[in-house]
Amino acid sequence: MFDWWQKVVDYLIYEKLKLSGKFADALDFFLFDTVKIFLLLIVIIFLVTFIRSYFPIEKVRDYLSKKHPLFGHILAAVFGIITPFCTCSAIPLFLGFLQARIPLGVTFSYLISAPMNNEIAIAMLFALFGFKITAIYIGFGLLVAIVAGLIIGRLNLEDEILIKPPPMQDLPECEIKIGFKERVIDSWLYTKDILKKVWIYVVMGISLGAFIHGYVPTDFIIKYAGNKEWYSVIVATILGIPMYSNAAGVMPLIEVLVDKGMSMGTALSFMMAITALSLPEAMILKRILSLKLILIFFGTVGIGIIIIGYIFNWIL
Amino acid sequence: MKIEILGTGCTKCAQLEKNVQEAVAKSGKFVEIKKVQDINEIMKYGVMSTPGLVIDKKVVSVGKVLTPSQILEFIK
Repeated sequence: MFDWWQKVVDYLIYEKLKLSGKFADALDFFLFDTVKIFLLLIVIIFLVTFIRSYFPIEKVRDYLSKKHPLFGHILAAVFGIITPFCTCSAIPLFLGFLQARIPLGVTFSYLISAPMNNEIAIAMLFALFGFKITAIYIGFGLLVAIVAGLIIGRLNLEDEILIKPPPMQDLPECEIKIGFKERVIDSWLYTKDILKKVWIYVVMGISLGAFIHGYVPTDFIIKYAGNKEWYSVIVATILGIPMYSNAAGVMPLIEVLVDKGMSMGTALSFMMAITALSLPEAMILKRILSLKLILIFFGTVGIGIIIIGYIFNWIL
Repeated sequence: MKIEILGTGCTKCAQLEKNVQEAVAKSGKFVEIKKVQDINEIMKYGVMSTPGLVIDKKVVSVGKVLTPSQILEFIK
């Protein structure tokens, strides 16, 4: 898809400017990656946001509350892909689900899937690794969300919720009509908003990536992040937890590391840990959930992500 | 007329409140503006994506920051 652009950049750096050596390689990589990533980010975030505008969370809630629990887990995880999610909405969302009598486990399936499959992560993955890896990431992400939700649901932790929302009785109908044109404008504004927030991280990530690409020897990466060490997946998962806000910046780094020999399973675990387990979200949820429940939530998802990393490294 | 802004206090909610004030000032009408931050109150409206905008007990927008001109449409 971007071969032509690689040719243009190569021509510019190596033929036109007659550069060579490590610096030229790094510059070539930086120029190619920056333009490619930003183009794809804009297109994908816009598309995802536009499609999402047809699935407001209030409708999802009403739909899920009428479903059989097991089926509910699967649906909740899938809905996590197509609904917008921002950390500051985590509390009303959680309580709203419980209000609608959606089981706790199903609510968690959604809560795990939504940040994992956020538009930035999907756009970055697609831009950096292509369709296949993106599909694998989403597929395994759903699996983690469904299984972790099922486990949490089995543990009967309803008493660990600190606020008890009253069950819903004839809530005011929330029927908001939005026209097609308005959806397009909204999606565009949102895309601009997101880009404003993440562009600096993306550029920093690509710069660091370009540096590694040009200057860090491959054996060094393989030694520490290749398949050899049994603990690499666990380390990657734990490292990923504090990085949520910078997912966009970390992804270009992961691309370079994989290029240089980091195994894909380790990389996947790292990405999933970054998106699914966020410390700010935990802080917010602490207002309505007991520490015990939050630890169980993080523990279950973390273990799931680690297992997937190992399975992946073992298959490939 | 009474406008309520539902939000738990994130940046988006603050922005929406500013925009509401601007829209009301432009309209020149007498409108009561109320900020609703109590989660239980927000839940009563069945809103799950903040910020939400409620005009005369009716939810008119959820999960996005309306511009002053968009809000003005509702006030007219």
